[in-house]
Amino acid sequence: MTDVTRILVTDDEDGMRLGVQRALRKYVASFHDLDCNVSFELDLAASGEEAVERLKENSYDLLLLDYKLPGISGIEVLSEAKKLCPDALVIMMTAYASLDIAVSATKQGAFDFLAKPFTPQELRATVRQATKNLILQRQAQKLADEKRRVRFEFISVLSHELKAPIGAVEGYLELFRSGAVKDEETQTRIVERSLARLAGMRKLIFDLLDLTRIEAGTKQRKLEPIDLGELLRGALELVEFSANARGISLELEVAPYMIFEGDRSEIEIVMNNLVSNAVKYNRDNGKVMVRVLKDARGYQVEIEDTGIGMTEKELGKLFGEFVRMKNEKTRHIEGSGLGLSTVKKIVQLYGGDIRAISEWEKGTTFKVELPVQSV
Amino acid sequence: MNSNLKKIVLLVDDDVDFLEQHRLFLETENYEVVAAHSRREAEKLLETVTPDLAILDLMMDETDDGFVLAYNIKKKDAGVPVILVTAVTSETGLEFGTVGEEGSWIKADAILPKPIRFEQLKREIHRLCKTDKI
Repeated sequence: MTDVTRILVTDDEDGMRLGVQRALRKYVASFHDLDCNVSFELDLAASGEEAVERLKENSYDLLLLDYKLPGISGIEVLSEAKKLCPDALVIMMTAYASLDIAVSATKQGAFDFLAKPFTPQELRATVRQATKNLILQRQAQKLADEKRRVRFEFISVLSHELKAPIGAVEGYLELFRSGAVKDEETQTRIVERSLARLAGMRKLIFDLLDLTRIEAGTKQRKLEPIDLGELLRGALELVEFSANARGISLELEVAPYMIFEGDRSEIEIVMNNLVSNAVKYNRDNGKVMVRVLKDARGYQVEIEDTGIGMTEKELGKLFGEFVRMKNEKTRHIEGSGLGLSTVKKIVQLYGGDIRAISEWEKGTTFKVELPVQSV
Repeated sequence: MNSNLKKIVLLVDDDVDFLEQHRLFLETENYEVVAAHSRREAEKLLETVTPDLAILDLMMDETDDGFVLAYNIKKKDAGVPVILVTAVTSETGLEFGTVGEEGSWIKADAILPKPIRFEQLKREIHRLCKTDKI
């Protein structure tokens, strides 16, 4: 990236203005670590009054400002510049290294000083430092803007997800009130649907709490030896009822004493989410296979289903927040869209990784790597 | 038109609860409801059914499914009133109109922001179908 920094040089000595111009005209400051090259464009002013006029008409990134000027002083120009061009950095050029001046100028917001006389090298070094500061400032601003945008987006989607079940339950209640619900069968169906939507909302709120706790790092982590086999058996037990109801068989392949050092509740969130997904997104009479493998690096837990699978496009956004695969087959499946995003964050806390391999209409396998030493 | 029979309403939304509720409501109001979860399902239905009114969600699998469906319904029979329903307004502040410049390309007779009230929907249906005494 090549950038241009606009500089206003203010000095009543012709030689000084021209000397600065000569030193900077062809200078390019390279910042390899910031992936950025900067060249300089200069405007010259011979008095404080002229500098203020320039500042009214143009915007500058950097001001090189003489302290001792014939009319209004450099300090006055500095205070005008802070109003007219608040983001610009100001470097004061001064003939005597007076502490008073330095203190006064710093109070007014000067960024740096150059003691006259200075060499072209000294000038470039000072300008380079100020420019680096400008770039870092801009990058920080960009990052802050991006963070705000992401946060706004998150909250918009969240409020949509929270409003949807309220709307649904409200609608059903309205139906009761309007007298449209006459037979008992319809009544039961409506009550069941309302309860299901409320349960979904509760799940969303809990998932949201999990996610924010993990992101904020406020959760107290309690590391203890966990028997992965035992934990996975627990996860499978939780889904046994819904799996049986749809004829889905559950298999677990794990050797004894697969001990992983971790926070039990975190590892439970990971495995419960993945096992529950494998049942939810399976086909009737399908199969869920869970395997635990161990190698020198650590554990690999594989959760394989024979479900509806995903397309390449769906796989790409799988671990994002509020991502739910919307298609004919998933329409009736409830989910908060936060599960896998949370799972990935937890796995990363352990220095691990999670991947999904999937084939549309064939099934999906999630592979979770949990390294042993990194905890 | 099915002048002796119940009027047919085509109801399209990917939200199963929205479909269920509005189907029940419209049936109580003495309409026959044909429902679809997606634009594709609706287009299949339209091969065999000619509705007297269509109520369509705007954003389904694709964000413009409602517009496209409305356009196709109007192309086949410009006289079929179409109501678009959408949560877009309340969430993004984006507003769509049925008059002016937008009205020329949005092929809908009314756009209702979600959540819609049954009474409001009823009024809208009566307004649009006045001439037919639907």
